[in-house]
Amino acid sequence: MSIGTKSLKKQNHELSNIDKQLQVLHNGVADQNLESFSSKLKASNLFPLTTTGLDVFQINMGKMCNQVCSHCHVDAGPDRKEIMTKETLQQCLDAIKKSGINTVDLTGGAPEMNPHFRWFVEEAYKLGCKTIVRCNLTIIVANKKYFDLPEFYKENEVEIVSSLPHYSSKKTDSQRGDGVFDRSIRALKMLNEVGYGMEGSGLTLNLVYNPSGAFLPPAQAGLEKQFKRQLKKDFEIEFNSLFAITNIPISRYLDYLVASENFEGYMEKLVNAYNPIAAKGVMCRNTISVGWDGYLYDCDFNQMLELKVAVGNKDLQHVKDFNSIALLERKIIVNEHCYGCTAGAGSSCGGEIT
Amino acid sequence: MKTYYNPDDLKKFGKIGEFQKEMADKFFGYYGEVFKEGALTEREKSLIALAVSHAIQCPYCIDSYSVDSLEKGCNEEEMMEAVHVAAAVRGGATLVHGVQMMNKVKEVSM
Repeated sequence: MSIGTKSLKKQNHELSNIDKQLQVLHNGVADQNLESFSSKLKASNLFPLTTTGLDVFQINMGKMCNQVCSHCHVDAGPDRKEIMTKETLQQCLDAIKKSGINTVDLTGGAPEMNPHFRWFVEEAYKLGCKTIVRCNLTIIVANKKYFDLPEFYKENEVEIVSSLPHYSSKKTDSQRGDGVFDRSIRALKMLNEVGYGMEGSGLTLNLVYNPSGAFLPPAQAGLEKQFKRQLKKDFEIEFNSLFAITNIPISRYLDYLVASENFEGYMEKLVNAYNPIAAKGVMCRNTISVGWDGYLYDCDFNQMLELKVAVGNKDLQHVKDFNSIALLERKIIVNEHCYGCTAGAGSSCGGEIT
Repeated sequence: MKTYYNPDDLKKFGKIGEFQKEMADKFFGYYGEVFKEGALTEREKSLIALAVSHAIQCPYCIDSYSVDSLEKGCNEEEMMEAVHVAAAVRGGATLVHGVQMMNKVKEVSM
């Protein structure tokens, strides 16, 4: 993969247009006479896809990021200025309190770049929430104002989930940018130093693998052993679990697939690898995803495709009018990109599903 | 352009049962068993298959096991080393026949 320095939006790239993305996705399935995702769900008696609970409150705190990864489904980067306001974050806290959801999952961009990030984490901690931060690692060493993040995470008992596509610099840098691997290793050492990933510390550090190309991830358990062995041997680094995540064919990863002429083959691979057991356990069934502007989505991918939750009243699509009952009764919006979560062993923000 | 090898034909491999179902079913059943994790891991088996694909110079197999090796968590260095193993064995197989040549030369020489 090659790394650009600008987001698709900044480049005025045609795939920064949501309708264009949806059209490419539709054609990728229909033009190859492949079965649509909704049709597959029907055959598995899962259509319409419904909720199983409201357990995870995932917040995209903004699209600003210090990295420009070639597979990013958010199209995040330093040139993205969309950031969640304190007012919207307060509305999130009110919704969390009202609904009784106790797992808060913070993502971005780099969520730490939101100026209200620390305030929000502390408030969520006071509410007794378990907070997960999807930390890109390099933010910890990007600027001295972030150097104390490991201590801050520890004080608030935050669970860290961080991308490290490979234990070799070549593969990691090819996906996440030059020098990202070395900076990630420095950040991992800082996290280990305060206890993250260390046995008995109670501080969880999970890593995320996603393929550096147009192929599916390996089985999670074997890959985790490989990562643990290599990171320990080469860098004395420890972590808890490895999540193997499939790349979803939207945004910058879709651009890569189309530009490298891998798109049709990848869609065919995803469709052929459809697993009804994985479909039954997809994370959108018990998650609600909040966009930087407060609108609600079934997942972070639907959020990037601007497919808002299907609740009758438009007001209920915003976090300020968070209504657990309406959200629990909604039908989840599916499209062809959903094949990414149901391929093989399945994929979610917590790795394999089955 | 017509060629003897067409990448799309690989997708039709499963259809060989159209002409002889019983043998195809047995073959694919056996094939699936062979690649399951056993005394060797699926990852090790994928690298062996990649090396064999090069030794037998099968373009379909090379495409298949290049992607399969990546999907089993192998990296480029490991994959190229596997190809070198195939190359070394093939090269060795040629060279070891040099002994036969030497034997013959010695037999007919004064």
